[in-house]
Parts: sequence; C-alpha cells; structure tokens
Amino acid sequence: MQLGLVLGSVVATEKVIGLEGVRFLVVQPLDKTQRPAGDTLVAADAVSMAGPGELVYFVASREAAEALPVRFVPVDHAIVGIVDDVHLEEE
Amino acid sequence: MKVGRVAGTVVSTINIPLLDDHRLLLCDTQDVNGEASGYTIAVDVVDAGVGDTVLILDEGSSARQILGLNWGAIRAVVVGIVDELVIDGEVRPLG
Repeated sequence: MQLGLVLGSVVATEKVIGLEGVRFLVVQPLDKTQRPAGDTLVAADAVSMAGPGELVYFVASREAAEALPVRFVPVDHAIVGIVDDVHLEEE
Repeated sequence: MKVGRVAGTVVSTINIPLLDDHRLLLCDTQDVNGEASGYTIAVDVVDAGVGDTVLILDEGSSARQILGLNWGAIRAVVVGIVDELVIDGEVRPLG
C-alpha cells in the first residue's frame, strides 16, 4: 500500500456493471515524507468517506477490486483507509 | 518477497473493516546493495518494530493465506524479522 493525497473526484454515469455507486477519486501518490511521487491516478474509494485534501492509503493491482462490494470488477487502485498520522523515526 | 526496514507506522481510524485489527508498518524496501528502493505500507503479523530489518511479502493470494482470508484487499505483509543477511559470502550490516 502507498500513501496518497486526494486531489479531486471523477464523475462517470456510464460504467461497467458492478461499479454502480462506487466513487472515484483523483489521487496523487506520495513518498514516505508525503512529497508527490509519480503520476496522478484514479482510485475507487472503498471507504466511501475520503475527499479532496485528505491523506489516504491505497492498494494497487488486483487486490484493489477486492476492497469493493462487487469483487470481480475492473479496478486497479482502491483507497482502503484515511490516514490519521504517519509516525516516522527520526532520521 | 523483499527485504526492507521498518521506518515508521501508519495510524488510521477510517479504513476498510478488514484492516481494523491490523498494525500498519511503513517499510523502506532495499535493493541488493542495501540502498532504499521505495517504500510500502504493510500489515504486521510478526510484531516488528521501527528499525527492524524485515521480510516483506507483496503478493495478494499469499497475503490472504497468511491472514486466513478467502478474499480481501491486502497485498503487503511483514512476514519475518531478519537476523542476518549474507550476500556474496559477506554478512551485510542490518539497519
């Protein structure tokens, strides 16, 4: 799982069967010190509560779909938690 | 699997129910020279702590097997604490 910052949302009415009611958010992946790392991506919101400006963590690949109500759907990134705090050791 | 080092912890209250009972460790992954090659947030099943060199599994079906699940959005799991790392006959310092 990786850290990400939610930048915005994606609205799509026509979707593949199984994705009805699933929210999609635009996420900027972050490195461990919460600096942007890599291209933005669209992730399904498996917690249904994440919103713009929030620090989240997301799972990638096939396991992303396992976080959703219908598990066999074409989704490759899913937000699985909202981060309260990241404790890093003193460098 | 990958060798990594626990750099910190991630605390979260709102998450998918599956992650309710699990501690999350932020681990730096290492290449063969011990250099950092990115990081991953992994579920802890061995009570590893910050500073430990660990073995990280990053594959979904094995992760579910360890956690006794038939399905679930978990992929990375800390499955061991490394005592010694030997490369080309040389013992590498840990951490």
